[in-house]
Amino acid sequence: MAKHHVTTTVNREPVELLCDPSATLLDVLRDELGLIGSKEGCGSGDCGACSVLMDGRLVCACLVLAAEATGHEITTIEGIADGNKLHTLQQQFLEDAALQCGICTPGFIVAAKALLDRNPDPTETEVRFWLAGNLCRCTGYDKIVRAVMNAAAKMREEAVHG
Amino acid sequence: MGNEQDALNLVNEQVEYKWVGTRPIRPDGADKVTGRATFGADIDLPGMLTGVVIRSPHAHARIISIDTSAAAALPGVLGIVTGADLPELPNEIAAGGEAPINFRSVSENAIARRKALYDGHAVAAVAATSVEIAHEAAALIKVNYEVLPHVINVLDAMAEDAPVLHDDLITKGLEPAPTKASNIAGKVEFAMGDIEKGFAESDVIIERSYTTEAVHQGYIEPHAVVASVAADGMVNIWCSSQGQFMVREFCAKLLGMDIGRIRVTPAEIGGGFGGKTTVYLEPLAVVLAQKSGRPVRMVMTRGEVMRATGPTSGTHVHVKLGAKRDGTFVAGEMVLKYQAGAYPGSPAFLGGMTGFSCYELPNAKAVCWDVVSNRPKCAAYRAPGAPMASFGVESAIDELAQTLGMDPLELRLKNAAKEGTATIYGPKFLKIGYLETLLAAKAHPHWSAPLGPNQGRGIASGFWFNVGGPSSASVHVNEDGSVSVVTGNPDIGGSRASMAIMAAEVLGMDLSKVKPLIGDTGQIAYSFLTGGSRVTFATGMAVCDAAKDVVRQLRTRAAKMWKVTPEDVEWRDGSAFCTKVEEGKERAPLTLAAIAHGAARTGGPISGNVSINAAGAGPGFGTHICDVEVDPETGATRVIRYTAIQDVGRAIHPSYVEGQLQGGAVQGIGWALNEEYVYDANGRLQNTGFLDYRMPVASDLPMIDTVLVEVPNPGHPYGVRGVGEVPIVPPLAAVANAVSHAVGLRLTSLPISPPKLLAAIDGAKAAG
Repeated sequence: MAKHHVTTTVNREPVELLCDPSATLLDVLRDELGLIGSKEGCGSGDCGACSVLMDGRLVCACLVLAAEATGHEITTIEGIADGNKLHTLQQQFLEDAALQCGICTPGFIVAAKALLDRNPDPTETEVRFWLAGNLCRCTGYDKIVRAVMNAAAKMREEAVHG
Repeated sequence: MGNEQDALNLVNEQVEYKWVGTRPIRPDGADKVTGRATFGADIDLPGMLTGVVIRSPHAHARIISIDTSAAAALPGVLGIVTGADLPELPNEIAAGGEAPINFRSVSENAIARRKALYDGHAVAAVAATSVEIAHEAAALIKVNYEVLPHVINVLDAMAEDAPVLHDDLITKGLEPAPTKASNIAGKVEFAMGDIEKGFAESDVIIERSYTTEAVHQGYIEPHAVVASVAADGMVNIWCSSQGQFMVREFCAKLLGMDIGRIRVTPAEIGGGFGGKTTVYLEPLAVVLAQKSGRPVRMVMTRGEVMRATGPTSGTHVHVKLGAKRDGTFVAGEMVLKYQAGAYPGSPAFLGGMTGFSCYELPNAKAVCWDVVSNRPKCAAYRAPGAPMASFGVESAIDELAQTLGMDPLELRLKNAAKEGTATIYGPKFLKIGYLETLLAAKAHPHWSAPLGPNQGRGIASGFWFNVGGPSSASVHVNEDGSVSVVTGNPDIGGSRASMAIMAAEVLGMDLSKVKPLIGDTGQIAYSFLTGGSRVTFATGMAVCDAAKDVVRQLRTRAAKMWKVTPEDVEWRDGSAFCTKVEEGKERAPLTLAAIAHGAARTGGPISGNVSINAAGAGPGFGTHICDVEVDPETGATRVIRYTAIQDVGRAIHPSYVEGQLQGGAVQGIGWALNEEYVYDANGRLQNTGFLDYRMPVASDLPMIDTVLVEVPNPGHPYGVRGVGEVPIVPPLAAVANAVSHAVGLRLTSLPISPPKLLAAIDGAKAAG
């Protein structure tokens, strides 16, 4: 089958690749671009482990065809930190021990970033419902929800005091 | 090494620790929040092929023939494996790591031979140059099945006329032994005292049957493996599992190879909960790599995970509990019937051993039945077998409290096991902290908080043995005085952090200079797998011993540098101090870095290497309080407040200990309210994805409050008890008791899904 030509932007870098027309965005991120931080937990959009941002919007990379990425800006977990300077959310996940095995963590951080980009001061209920598309089997979500709330507070503080 | 004496000294000293009990950032954290951590499916080798498995669509079928010719002829297909490629193993119970293992069953479960025994049973596998070609080839493999009658449920499988899965399965534990094959693999009994006398002396008897459904461990990372076979036959395996040494041993057994020809490198593991304590894909990947001469990667889909791995048993548990009018327990009896899945080996016996173990019960008996049916072979799931038995016992206790008009917490306090209490499985408890968890529950504001309409509160307790076993650790001092700690246990929930903390504590050094690593099977001596709540206890003990050996060596080296004897050297706060006072000799303390720097001149590199078989694991007890609100219109139940209390011995890194309690509690909530394996009339699993197999999500839950009770385990240098398993034991009954109080009906069948609860509410209304 003829390969499809995709021109897109991933983590602020221009990317060009050839892929099978049936390949998902997750397939090409992992297998073509070596961006293994997005995980496949289900392949059906139920677990959120492959959460990425597409033009700032939260999507499951397993439900997006790679061909659909053409002309869009994709942000993966690898694009959340500024070089080796962790994003506040990443730092807070570490400080609050909001991960155990860590397989769901990239998805949660990407999803939480999408939330805080829209709503810098979410309630606990808003955090819980926004993250309802991300499954974690280790933590019971308690420390994840706290980390997101704490990161939001720090980011609001940073926004005020620069 | 004098473990016990050392342990007692450290525990009894009540010293202030520098690192133990603190909450530093985990050493592997940065890679896990940036997406750099390498899990099983992330391994990528040059020339790697993709392997996929062909699975039975039938619950029970004879495999007449498998025709692979069309698939083999497809360009890009480089290897095909069927059951004929693996050696036939004897049908015998071999010594396994923790429990005896029948490797013939493990082999047949990895790939079917004469019969497919469940929907999803692996029948063949193919490796190809692309995933597309692999799937095309899989579709070309023609399996000719003779479909046989099947049986799914445990009571049906025990019936006289049930379809029999294994024509050579004779029930073990019956006298005289049956002459006819059946699905009943075995019967085990535990007993103490005289239950008939006990029930005769009881004023009140509660007797009921309880059922639970098969539930999956639900790890988010599907099973994944990469295998590579060199031209000289040496095998390399990279995979996520709960034990690289387990994978090595199981593959060697299943493939008829020497252990020394296999090296297994552990990838990061994306959750296991007991479900990754066996092999599924690994032996198939090795055969495909042997046949193709190329590395092969195999990754399960979620549907494959659900159909062919795990789950834990669905159960039928009959409980009879007798007590005096004042609430004193007199007699207890349990009959446990557990689904094993397609091959023998359910944790029924563990249910029998644990169910009553929270209590002083002078007369007790547990009869445990292990039953096969056309389901995937069950795997360990967090405190295997205990939650289902506990659900029955803790529900019966709640009902007993209602019958006697007693507070259910007071009733538990009255009968709580303590030091010296006899267990149904033999030993008496040493120092345990169950009473302390109950007292903490009583003192917790949650226990006395008011409830609103349609709300109910439940309480339940749980027990798990915790285990020790073989563990190895190496502590290497680097040239600059930093330290590497190498162990052989995959870090499934933060154990690198606790290994580093314990090493830094013993060495008295800066934690940031301790780097914990997990070795492959060639880099560290044998360690039993990550499971049984053993790693922080047993591997932690090996780390402490290795670090103590390093301290001994450091004192010797300092003595050499000072030209004194090691007895003249004291090790404190990461430095050597000379205690010998000599006229005119000022001996400034020598730091770890200074000794390390000069190590070549004092005898060479400094390294402590310890292998132990850790004994003295301290049993764990937990008590959970759960509030629910039930919507009487829909039968939907919402957990609105939850508190998990546990004796953890000593929390090395309290955040990750709390995390164990929270995660276990939520898995138990899912088990109680939502999760279940659903089969259709043809024996095909209907809910193979996370949409239909509904695990708890963030919006279903409140915060999970935790209370860490610390009754140090005298068997560990810092008092550690295993903590991972206990927290999944109490929630089933804690939730069910809460629902029962909210609706005024006793719920005895899990999950308490909305339709089931609504039917119960409507049924009670109709009955008036």
